[in-house]
Amino acid sequence: MIWIWISIAGLVTFLIRYSMIAFVNPKTLNVTLKKVLNYVPSAVFPALIFPAIFLDQKGYLVNISNPQIWAFFIAVIAGYYFKNIILTILSGLFSFWILIFYFN
Amino acid sequence: MNKIEVFKQGFLDVIPLTIPVIPFGIIYGVTATEIGLSPMVTFVMSFVIFAGSSQIAFSQLFIAGASPLVMITSVAVINSRHLLYGAVLSQYLNKLNYYWRIILSYLMTDQAFSVSLSYFKKNKKNYISHFHMLGSGFTLWFLWQISTLLGIVLGNIIPEQLGLEFTIPLTFLSLIISELRKLDHLIIILISGLTSLVSYSFPYKIYIIISALLSLSISFILITKFKKIIK
Repeated sequence: MIWIWISIAGLVTFLIRYSMIAFVNPKTLNVTLKKVLNYVPSAVFPALIFPAIFLDQKGYLVNISNPQIWAFFIAVIAGYYFKNIILTILSGLFSFWILIFYFN
Repeated sequence: MNKIEVFKQGFLDVIPLTIPVIPFGIIYGVTATEIGLSPMVTFVMSFVIFAGSSQIAFSQLFIAGASPLVMITSVAVINSRHLLYGAVLSQYLNKLNYYWRIILSYLMTDQAFSVSLSYFKKNKKNYISHFHMLGSGFTLWFLWQISTLLGIVLGNIIPEQLGLEFTIPLTFLSLIISELRKLDHLIIILISGLTSLVSYSFPYKIYIIISALLSLSISFILITKFKKIIK
């Protein structure tokens, strides 16, 4: 039976991805809606970022001494100044490694 | 630029963002087989569903004996943010034929959406820009399949102490980092992030789409009522 449920889950996921591309006619989108769509990355990605940084696996706020909070803020500052994708990721990861190496 | 060069650009743009994809794929492969799914089921799921966190949720619910309706609803809710990605991308992909739209929809992921959207915005008149999303999407797809396989066959080969799961939020941060300088985007980012913390414990991981829709409603208010903030 699992094959049936996987197929349905796959089909549902595909239709979610496909439906808007297939059926939205950009010419009928009004100007305000297009402007709202400009915010989609800023509206979705924080919901993938914040819980991973500030919550533990049970959903409780992590302690302020947690190295990943500090590494995250270092990445925010480095990324803010240098406006660079790779630098944002690497500054966060390396500072995380340094923090756990020195303080754990 | 010709088609191959555009494809290659998509590959190059998405590569930095794939740092967490390989450990995440391995974790999925290890978790799914450890909790009791067969290697074949685990692998085929990466092919058929191709959406990491929803695959892990699906596996856990199946093993826990959840009803199919719960399993499929959970996958649908976790992946519902792709509806928003599709709405954004429709503005750039609407001239393509069915085959292209089907392939690019199947390859749609958070990362491919983000990097290819930036490319589409910069190359509005380029009639082969969809090759960029083929490049970014295929690269991620390929790495996801390989890493699932690695997890199934080799087990957990990446030491947990490296803390590579931390690179997942870091890559998403890197995708909105230049928006932090714009007040309107900063407001949306903070509202979405804080909403996700408050609604995290809601069932079906619905917090992602709740945070997105709430902050998009705020963006609508900003656009219509507070034009000064938006430059």
